[in-house]
Amino acid sequence: MDKLKKITKMKLFLPVFSMILVMMINVVYDIASGNPPFGFFSISITNGILYGRLIDILNRGSEVAILAIGMTLVVSASAGTDISVGSVMSLSGGMCCMLLAGYGVTNVSNYAVPLWVGMLAGIAIACVCGLFNGFLVAYMNIQPMVATLILWSAGRAIGLLLCNSNIVYVRVPSFQFFGGYCGIIPTPIIIAAICVAVASIVLKSTALGTYIQSVGINKKASRISGFNSAKIILLCYVICGLCAGIAGLVATCRIYSADTNNIGLNMELDAILAVALGGNSLGGGKFNLAGSIIGAYTIQAITTTLYALGVSSAQAPVFKAIVVILIVVIQSQPVKDYFKKLSAKKAVAKEVA
Amino acid sequence: MKKKLVGVLMCVAMTATMLAGCGNSSAPAAAPAEPAAAPAEQPAAAPAETQAAPAQAEAPEASGDVVKVGFAQVGHESDWRAANTKNYQDTFSAANGYELSFVDCDNDHAVQIETVRGFIEQELDYICIAPIQSAGWDTVLQEAQDAGIPVLIVDRAVDADASLYTTALGCDMVAEGETAGNWLAEYLDGEDANILVIEGSVGASATLGRTEGFNNIVAQNSNWTVLDSQSGDFTQAGGQEVMESFIKSYSDFNVVVCQNDNEAYGAMDAMDAAGITYGVDGDVIIISFDATHDGLQYTLDGKITCNVECNPLQAGFAEGVVKKLEAGEAVDAWTLVEDEAFVAPGIDSDYAVTMSQEVLDGRAY
Repeated sequence: MDKLKKITKMKLFLPVFSMILVMMINVVYDIASGNPPFGFFSISITNGILYGRLIDILNRGSEVAILAIGMTLVVSASAGTDISVGSVMSLSGGMCCMLLAGYGVTNVSNYAVPLWVGMLAGIAIACVCGLFNGFLVAYMNIQPMVATLILWSAGRAIGLLLCNSNIVYVRVPSFQFFGGYCGIIPTPIIIAAICVAVASIVLKSTALGTYIQSVGINKKASRISGFNSAKIILLCYVICGLCAGIAGLVATCRIYSADTNNIGLNMELDAILAVALGGNSLGGGKFNLAGSIIGAYTIQAITTTLYALGVSSAQAPVFKAIVVILIVVIQSQPVKDYFKKLSAKKAVAKEVA
Repeated sequence: MKKKLVGVLMCVAMTATMLAGCGNSSAPAAAPAEPAAAPAEQPAAAPAETQAAPAQAEAPEASGDVVKVGFAQVGHESDWRAANTKNYQDTFSAANGYELSFVDCDNDHAVQIETVRGFIEQELDYICIAPIQSAGWDTVLQEAQDAGIPVLIVDRAVDADASLYTTALGCDMVAEGETAGNWLAEYLDGEDANILVIEGSVGASATLGRTEGFNNIVAQNSNWTVLDSQSGDFTQAGGQEVMESFIKSYSDFNVVVCQNDNEAYGAMDAMDAAGITYGVDGDVIIISFDATHDGLQYTLDGKITCNVECNPLQAGFAEGVVKKLEAGEAVDAWTLVEDEAFVAPGIDSDYAVTMSQEVLDGRAY
């Protein structure tokens, strides 16, 4: 009993619980339709690569997981969201492919410039976008949503201009590698894992995490205590831009083309949702990076589940909404308080007896 | 202070980039002024030379046999659209006795409405509109009707009373779906079909029409089963993700229908990864729509077995309508732009053209 209590009190309990809940839907469905009950979780090696729904979730969820890292920091430090990340993804992909293919060319099987130049340029322009957002928020004191609204609309448009409004294909195996497979493991999973590992190491081994949280809790007080609040907020937005750039390149390499109209479309909303599902307050302050990452994969788990259940595309958004509402309600304070009260009552009853 | 300066510089640089961006994207909106202005000068100059009449020759009489046509195009979002635009410019050329005022509305509904108003003010003879948005056309169509200018709604549909415009023309998406189904029936020749469908964006007219048309044929074949049907949003990434999931859910499919070429590319990637063979020599038949240049290359290579076209070369049909109107004949309320279908080399079909390098080279886009 005490052990159970300890587990339920852990910070990550609710996000993990929600994710398991989503996956349980599949178990119920599989049993009801006469399939092996844990078919959803089976992983095998087919055609020389890892194969299974869980792998799909990890693979397809990579972009949102990478975005969630940056978004968590931005939300924590500035109590606002960066809604430009989807557009910045598209811009970064467009920049990279434009350089690799050459301006105005739509289909190449050889690089015009070395691969690393294209990738670096894509990430660099994303960082510049982050710098721009951060400058507006930290130094101009513009509301984060308004400040990032600029690049939300302009980022994709600039990407389209770079690609001359075309889908630019780069059909080179070494480019496809980053969206394909590294040995038996999908490369995006590895990239996401590296990003998460680097972020958590930096946050754990330096005081950056504490700085960000203190700025988020009270900007003025932190400044008075000697932190350069504006600089920390700026840094968070640059990291968010960097994450968007990496996610954009992953999405681009997956389809070996810069589909600037569609890459990262509405993904900012998924990233924000991931932060919320991870049990973080969108009001800033304390954050829980692991929660956000789990949140990101939960979103993908919902999508993959809907595919597995064969829910028609027209109805899928409704199901998604219901699941999201359930998860958010489970994590809300009144529900938490209710369960606390319930367990307290039980304890009292036991004592009396 | 130095760092602040750097910050300011970065900000200026970004703003400059964005302004440059805006400048470019607004170029098409500004451009109409030129083609609109140019024709205004030309007719004035031409009659002046040939007829030695006063320079200010009254327009309708003097312009004689030159037919003035305005075309408010959607934008330039795809290869398909570019081919569509070029086709109009080639067909309604000066050599053919037309004067085309072409305006690229850059996917902006408001710009398009204003463009059409401009056409009405310029008293053009015919107005072609490829509506960006189906709603909100009543007022401006009424204005055109009051001015006595025939309006052709091309490519897409409008939600307005049919009496407000002269005629509409475009592809029949239901017919495209039926062509795909008919071809499949002919190709399978009575064999069973277990079909997976990757639909386009939910609610798009192409999605609805192609689904309906294909399902009409499915209903006629009792041994055909549609196992599942999910949206891939007309994108390669969407097609890839949906196909990945289909492969895990179903092991016994032999037909994949992708409602555009991009989804087909994604589906092929997913099948490659899972080691499933497709195409003429493989286990799975892929049917795709749009017949873009890249898509037809895959058809030629035998990967996409059947590719049904959505024809962008519509100007010929529009010209036919204009000629009829010029001759004072009645026109139908709806003109169908005919689509073709293409099948991989080695297949003969009553419904489709067999692909070859010459066919691909002969394509306009």
